[in-house]
Amino acid sequence: MTTVTLAHARLPAWAPGLVGVMALAAAGLPAMLLDWDVVAWAVVSLFLFLVGLPAWSLAVENRRAAVDRLMTGLVWSSFGIAVLPLIWLIYVVVREGLQAISMEFLTYSMRGVTGDEQGGVYHALIGTLLITTAATLISVPIGVLTAIYLIEYGGNSRLARWITFLVDVMTGIPSIVAGLFALALVVLFFGPAYRMGLGGSIALSLLMIPTVVRSSEEMFRLVPMDLREAAYALGVPKWRTILKVVVPTAIGGVITGVVLAISRVIGETAPLLVVAGATDGVNFNLFDGRMTTLPVFIYSQYAQSTPAGYQRAWGGALVLIAIVMVLNLGARLIGKLLTPKKA
Amino acid sequence: MAKSIDVSDLDIYYGDFLAVEGVTMTIKARSVTAFIGPSGCGKSTMLRSLNRMHEVIPGARVEGKVMVDGQSLYGADVDPVAVRRSIGMVFQRPNPFPTMSIYDNVLAGSRLNSRRMSKAKADEIVERSLKGANLWAEVKDRLGKPGQGLSGGQQQRLCIARAIAVEPEVLLMDEPCSALDPISTSAIEDLIHELKSDYTIVIVTHNMQQAARVSDETGFFNLKATGQPGRLVEFNPTKKMFSNPDEAATEAYISGRFG
Amino acid sequence: MTATFSPPEAEPSQKATSRRGDRVFAGLARTAGVLILLALAAVFIFLAAEGWNGLNAPEATYRPATDFLGYIGPLVLSTILAASIAVIVAVPFAIGIALFISHYAPRRIAVPMAYVVDLLAAVPSVVFGLWGGRYLAGFLQPAQVWMAEHLSFLPFFQPPPTPNGRSLFTAGIVLAIMILPIVTAISREVFAQTPRLHEEAALALGATRWEMIRYSVFPYARSGMVSAVMLGLGRALGETMAVAMVLAVSPVATLNVVGVAAPATIASNIALNYKEATPSRQSLLIATGLVLFAVTFVVNFLARWIVGRGERKQARA
Repeated sequence: MTTVTLAHARLPAWAPGLVGVMALAAAGLPAMLLDWDVVAWAVVSLFLFLVGLPAWSLAVENRRAAVDRLMTGLVWSSFGIAVLPLIWLIYVVVREGLQAISMEFLTYSMRGVTGDEQGGVYHALIGTLLITTAATLISVPIGVLTAIYLIEYGGNSRLARWITFLVDVMTGIPSIVAGLFALALVVLFFGPAYRMGLGGSIALSLLMIPTVVRSSEEMFRLVPMDLREAAYALGVPKWRTILKVVVPTAIGGVITGVVLAISRVIGETAPLLVVAGATDGVNFNLFDGRMTTLPVFIYSQYAQSTPAGYQRAWGGALVLIAIVMVLNLGARLIGKLLTPKKA
Repeated sequence: MAKSIDVSDLDIYYGDFLAVEGVTMTIKARSVTAFIGPSGCGKSTMLRSLNRMHEVIPGARVEGKVMVDGQSLYGADVDPVAVRRSIGMVFQRPNPFPTMSIYDNVLAGSRLNSRRMSKAKADEIVERSLKGANLWAEVKDRLGKPGQGLSGGQQQRLCIARAIAVEPEVLLMDEPCSALDPISTSAIEDLIHELKSDYTIVIVTHNMQQAARVSDETGFFNLKATGQPGRLVEFNPTKKMFSNPDEAATEAYISGRFG
Repeated sequence: MTATFSPPEAEPSQKATSRRGDRVFAGLARTAGVLILLALAAVFIFLAAEGWNGLNAPEATYRPATDFLGYIGPLVLSTILAASIAVIVAVPFAIGIALFISHYAPRRIAVPMAYVVDLLAAVPSVVFGLWGGRYLAGFLQPAQVWMAEHLSFLPFFQPPPTPNGRSLFTAGIVLAIMILPIVTAISREVFAQTPRLHEEAALALGATRWEMIRYSVFPYARSGMVSAVMLGLGRALGETMAVAMVLAVSPVATLNVVGVAAPATIASNIALNYKEATPSRQSLLIATGLVLFAVTFVVNFLARWIVGRGERKQARA
């Protein structure tokens, strides 16, 4: 048996950097000569890099190291490439949306707006606020109580298992189907061709409830059994223990889950199109008449296919994304703030 | 094939934290060397530095030298992958690859190094390694079964077979019997006796009787005081270590006064 | 240690209150759960009844087809094509990103990067539709012209190519971007849970990082990855607005994903046509919605079952 040499030639640490620069340069020459755009230049450079570094490694190191470098390159590239659409999208929304935003945009509705007049999203903002608040008021009690039932009372009973199964089913409902479900309820009680904002809230609840149940379940499960037993040992009845010990311990996570659920449904369009319809004016009544939400506004403006329509759509999109991001960040902040601090 | 290891003035750091300090020793070829000492004194860290496995934790580094057969393990051009290829390791808990059969488990290391292996050569490696690990008779009729279906002791011997299949210079064993029952433990100890004619073996154990049974030389590691780095207190032939050690601390540990 | 300690006996009125409180509260909790059951059941029954009418409507309802299958056929085809493009494009990237976050990125940037990918999930689908229709379509159009020219030996890439990029292909790409976060998040979880012991076993044999991933991470994560892909598929099948806003619709069923137009997907078809639909047309749309629900339900159920089976196998191992 010959001794295995431990040392072999290795590429210097700055090798990837060098290959990167050379790839950019090598692709840059034809890019200039053939008048490629930036994207083509970037693509060819990336390709040259992904081929070049492993090839150099193969010559200097060995086959296994070359394969390892190739896979490392691919993994890093996949991340870089996937992040690009997000950056592009945010850039576009901000650039186009800012052109439309103004105080007027935020405070006027579309009532009576013709042709190229500006109009605004006021009615859509009101609609979004009302419908989402109503949806939250419906889903949070039902969702949290169901989670309490599943964790504290249900155990492995048939009812608990059925509920868990159905909640799982609900997580997979396409949003348009949730809209049809809600529509069925509205029609059942109010007759066909009736559209109302509350119907939209019901549809959104169908989408929110599974998320709220799941995340609340997680949170309650994380509360250690010792805490509950300490309370029982003091003679505190079970329902009081839940209200005074379990829920407050888990409240941070529960609220985070709720706010995240809100941020998800606030962008839903399809079910609201179907149930709440759309309108130009402001409607403060959830129980009567059509109500527009921000996503539906964006869609209907887009569907007009006019420059003014597109501009309003981008404006609405910017407002919507801003709201969603604020909710998202807020949810995480709340979670951090309200979690009981470790000693 | 088996080589000796020379360690000179080795310090092992995790980030800024000095875990083991100033170790100097020579591990003889074709012998069994045991590292003993109380928990947390750095013997596992020391073992892992011998095949650069401690580098799996980010921020781990060493200062000093480790030489195997005149080659430094930590030289500028040295690829850790190559080091681990020639210095094998067996872990505390048996870890055969769960989705592979016994046959494939044994070949895992060899397959990494030679792409195409004829079936005849593969069979030969599997048989040789399983025989070397005293497992052949028990599994030769079910090589295609998953590695996880074996008992704990058999799994550990499978891991040993996997490690010796690539014919390493040195075999490192990190408390290989602590997860096993007494009968499997004694089977592995017998195996170690046989293996030492072909390999240099370094074994970490918290069981002093095992060290006394199994090793030719022993190194005793200890902390100077709580919060201080671990160091090699004494390194001597096992017989001497357990009957007439040089250091008082060694004597205290061996007679059970602490640890 | 046999002295028993009993807490002082509660006042009789206290005991009664606590027992009543317990019953009320437990009842409340159980009612919430039952409410979910009842609501879903009632609505499902009503929808099924409505949808049944859709299956047996007068022939004119199914225009331009003549029966239910003829109506839903093109929709199903488009749905499958768009979802397939989404999955084929998204999965390699998702696995790459998940590996990046769990095994390749330095710890300090791994967490923010995971957050960035999750941000993609926060963008509402209508905004994706807006961006897809107004920007991505134009960007992908030259590539589709190229595909129609050079790949026309495959039935998926036939001339004439779309003049504005609003094809099934673009819709599929938008869907891919939308399902990327969920496939990545689940894969990432599973990769990160690979037992250290198995990773070290591979490394100690002298494996490079990629070889370690092949030997220890992928086998462990197999069922999790499959489930992640299926959940992504479920989402792609049900996505409505992005497709509605990107795809130019025509009733003729086609395999050509880079062509001028294609039939809508089931979901986008409902969204686009519900407002102007006659009652019998509405029943038809509801029936297609139920078909979609059944399909996504099966896909999601399979995904969970595969994970469950994988978990049971791990527990035994």
